Amino acid sequence: MNWHSLQDFLAMGGYGLYVWGSFSVVFGLMMLEVWALGRREREVRAAVSSHDNEGAA
Amino acid sequence: MDQPYYSTANGARRRLTVFTFASPRNFYHLAGRLIPWFTALGVLAGLAGLAIGLLFAPTDFQQGDAYRIIFVHVPAAWMSMLVYMAMAGWAGFGLAYHTGVSSIMASALAPTGALFTFLALWTGALWGKPTWGAWWVWDARLTSELILLFLYLGFMGLHASIADPRRADRAAAVLALVGAVNIPIIYFSVYWWNTLHQGPSVTLGNAPTMAPAMLAAMLLMVAAFWCYGIAVALRRARCIVLERHGSAAWLRRRTK
Amino acid sequence: MLKAARQLMQRDLLLAMRRRSDALMPLAFFLVTTTLFPLAIGPDTKLLRSVAPGIVWVAALLASLLGLQRLFADDHADGSLEQLLLSPQPLEVLVLAKVLAHWLTSGLPLLMLAPLVALQYGLDAEAMGVLWLGLLLGTPVLSLLGSIGAGLALGARGGSVLVALILMPLYIPLLILGSSAVVAASDGTGSAPHLMLLGALLAGSLAASPWAAAAALRIAYE
Repeated sequence: MNWHSLQDFLAMGGYGLYVWGSFSVVFGLMMLEVWALGRREREVRAAVSSHDNEGAA
Repeated sequence: MDQPYYSTANGARRRLTVFTFASPRNFYHLAGRLIPWFTALGVLAGLAGLAIGLLFAPTDFQQGDAYRIIFVHVPAAWMSMLVYMAMAGWAGFGLAYHTGVSSIMASALAPTGALFTFLALWTGALWGKPTWGAWWVWDARLTSELILLFLYLGFMGLHASIADPRRADRAAAVLALVGAVNIPIIYFSVYWWNTLHQGPSVTLGNAPTMAPAMLAAMLLMVAAFWCYGIAVALRRARCIVLERHGSAAWLRRRTK
Repeated sequence: MLKAARQLMQRDLLLAMRRRSDALMPLAFFLVTTTLFPLAIGPDTKLLRSVAPGIVWVAALLASLLGLQRLFADDHADGSLEQLLLSPQPLEVLVLAKVLAHWLTSGLPLLMLAPLVALQYGLDAEAMGVLWLGLLLGTPVLSLLGSIGAGLALGARGGSVLVALILMPLYIPLLILGSSAVVAASDGTGSAPHLMLLGALLAGSLAASPWAAAAALRIAYE
């Protein structure tokens, strides 16, 4: 392993702000995209089945 | 209850053609089966890439540990270009063959491509600050990437402003194709205008000179972003199919 | 086919003459914008000379965006565009005729105003010449590429903002080439390659834009 301690790992040789600022935004926005898609899918399914229930009668 | 996609309702086998998955029903089911695989692959590649890149790859001689940003910057940048090409390809196919599902695929790819482009710009800025001393520089790659973001936004904006979805698909497809033709022109002119983005970038020539762990981590992250992109785009495409064909009988049976 | 194209062009020119304000507004915008910058930046001639190419080209670009509305929108509104689509003449040729008429009433006047603006910014004769040549090659490209944007936005809600968003990435190579041609002439590195590339852009857009714009128009009327 390249690091001797957790401190070193988080500090990233002094560039911690930049490195973790990058990784966190990348990961965060990707998770946001997935979450937003999940919400979209739920909404559409709800719309489809309610539309369906109207027609079922 | 599940039928193979190349069998018809009465069990007869049909030849698999290019247009088999142009049917929304077939596409919906295929995408549903593919998404878990790409998700799993993406997560595995991502974890491996991150582990190697962040934990095991050596510190760079010139840039210190700031270089590790390439493990997200390069995949984001490459994917932003790749997704645009795929989007334009699907849009063109849909325009030529009037297949709605192809156009849906293009629309599904656009937001993800825009996200990758934004991430490339963001990580590029955060990498530029410690290495070049500035958050933003008007060099060829960064500027072209910014223009690519506008191409994506133009595509999405045009699609969103036309009421009829099929007409929106076709108009946006023309735009995507015009944009695709322009990308090399844009890149060339911007490159000619300013060249600074040397050194830190990875080209096919540079790759052999990288430490093996760095290269491995980067390729794994590219694979991870690729799988992520495919999985997300397929999922979004399924949503769009639901939105457009919500009243279809096969959907009602399926989503209950 | 050529007769039809010529007649269409003459019609468009006649309409532009009758509604002169439509054509003059973008020109006025061009003049006003290029006048505002020296007022904002200050009278330092060296600075003005160095920013002149960029400002003139950006102003020309924005003026072109303003003027694109009248390319298809008016004909679309009164139904004559639909008639053009129904005609037996190739739509691409008709589009080219309309674009040519558009350029004659937007790009050409701008070209005549450009030397005035160059004087405002204290450009020397050589720089002025390269600027003018660049605009001569570039303003038709603005109209040609603009026709694609105008056609795509025809059935859409976004208006000029949408057209600007669509066209901005496409205009950027033109902007870069036109502006850096003047810079290259001024600092002695030679503007010939830039101007030749501008010529190539013109040739390329002459060949490809009518086809894309016609496709966009057909889609708008589906």
